[in-house]
Amino acid sequence: MAEPLLEVSRLRKAFGAVIATDDLSLTVEPGEIHAVIGPNGAGKTTLISQLTGDVTPDSGSVRFDGRDITRLPTHRRAQRGLARSFQITSILPGFTVLENAAVAAQAHAGHSFRFFGDAGRDRQVNAVAYQALETVGLADRAPVPARTLSHGEKRQLELAIALATKPKLLLLDEPMAGVGKEETAIMVAMLRRLRADYTILLVEHDMDAVFALADRITVLVYGRAIATGTPDRIRTDPEVRAAYLGEEEIG
Amino acid sequence: MTDLSRNGSAGVSAADPAPIAPFSRAWLTARWVPLVLFAALALLPFVADWAGEGFYITLFTRIMILAIAAVSLDLILGYGAMVSFGHAAYLGIGAYVIGILDYHAVGNAWIGWPLGIAVSAVAALLIGAVSLKTRGVYFIMITLAFAQMLYFAATSLSRYGGDDGLTIWGRNTVPGLDGWLDLEDRTTYYYVVFVCLLLVYLLCRALVTSRFGRVIRGAKENEQRMRAVGFNPYVYRLVAFTLSGAMAGLAGVLLANHAEFVSPAYMAWTRSGELIVMVVLGGMGTLHGAIIGAISFLMLEEILSGLWQHWKVIFGPLLILLVLFARGGIVGWLEKRRHG
Repeated sequence: MAEPLLEVSRLRKAFGAVIATDDLSLTVEPGEIHAVIGPNGAGKTTLISQLTGDVTPDSGSVRFDGRDITRLPTHRRAQRGLARSFQITSILPGFTVLENAAVAAQAHAGHSFRFFGDAGRDRQVNAVAYQALETVGLADRAPVPARTLSHGEKRQLELAIALATKPKLLLLDEPMAGVGKEETAIMVAMLRRLRADYTILLVEHDMDAVFALADRITVLVYGRAIATGTPDRIRTDPEVRAAYLGEEEIG
Repeated sequence: MTDLSRNGSAGVSAADPAPIAPFSRAWLTARWVPLVLFAALALLPFVADWAGEGFYITLFTRIMILAIAAVSLDLILGYGAMVSFGHAAYLGIGAYVIGILDYHAVGNAWIGWPLGIAVSAVAALLIGAVSLKTRGVYFIMITLAFAQMLYFAATSLSRYGGDDGLTIWGRNTVPGLDGWLDLEDRTTYYYVVFVCLLLVYLLCRALVTSRFGRVIRGAKENEQRMRAVGFNPYVYRLVAFTLSGAMAGLAGVLLANHAEFVSPAYMAWTRSGELIVMVVLGGMGTLHGAIIGAISFLMLEEILSGLWQHWKVIFGPLLILLVLFARGGIVGWLEKRRHG
């Protein structure tokens, strides 16, 4: 079997007395959608932050695409093909929708120490950007300033920015956060289309979405991975049921 | 709201910050302000001569020199949100290079001008490398601190005039072009400065439109996002800061030649503050706004100081009112009026 694309081994992070990540190991295989779920305070955000390089773990390691990236800064991880979407929308509000995607494409199309020539007319970069916008269904909004988009559209743009970097792994931090039922359905359909071309690590609150999409699910409780497996296995796992008791119905 | 009704169908609004490439058709229609501005500056010596007010040629030479410094500041302040409160330092360094060379009897512009620009660039690189590790108020304070250090260093250069400054014995010569480029000639020097301003303006315009400029603007919009797609904003900011310092250095070179005198006052923090006021007054993040800001600021100073001894009592509050009520500066106001 091929080497996993992402391999988290015995990761540990404590903030004072609070252990946010406790001896956590998980793998993401090429081509799969791997979801991470867990009750509030389970350490999902801290895990994401350690994968993106915003937080340095106390111990343990993160391997990505055959290399140890545990100590790499955020932008170097992104250059290696690790793209993320943010739980709280993080776009360039003053840029047009197209330029939001184009700047992401530009980051992966040669260096940016080019001082002459209109970046807005770079065909190669614009083509990648348009393609990303088309994938998420925002192509017709390309020329408008990103700040004028609706909340749902901003979530789509968030995804388009990640796609425009042509990533090897998509790290999606609660892509359904704060969007309505209808838009959630659109987003689920979109992620289902993406699974053919991308490997995805999905951190998500919306259980319906997770069970509809994921190939494998890892359940996080108090910073520990208490179970990993197919949706069917997770649904019936007694330990998972116990952890979620009184929280919400699983599946 | 007016933006939408005006440009909505075209899908381009005034809120759209994507810079337009120089000389494109859109540029010609959207950029009428700089075109008028440079045309007026090009014609000014003719009008001044015709009206017998040659003094204005000298005044506007000085104004354009400070406009170069203001444009260079706008590049990092307006497009990169780097509030350098020590930009006069690079102006001063450029000027001192000319002054010190002159003291040692080197008046060759081919040596002095590139050297003045280079030394300013190196200073900006070193100061930027440290300052850009910080953000916000800390950045303002640390750039100010560095500029003050250089200011006091200049006052302690007793060999080169110390506090009193250093008189330059004549403007630089341009060997090889002696015949038709006599910098001592008022009108010739005016046009040398005019061309420098035009080149700096066009360079900055190209920079903000380029891939490089897009990264600088993006990092101003949302640094976290830029990191997440693979950019290290620090490196790009440092390059912009260095280029800006080099251009301010050119202004210093020109100022030393213009005044035939250099003094630590060129680097005083008040001068740094004036440059910021010029940029804000004219309209941040427009480049030509910095030129208009420099003209307005220095003309106001000129007029008010001729009217009343205590003119600063009016000047200060007037500036505050302008900045408060003309958001987007003079350029913002002009564009609103035109479209309104």
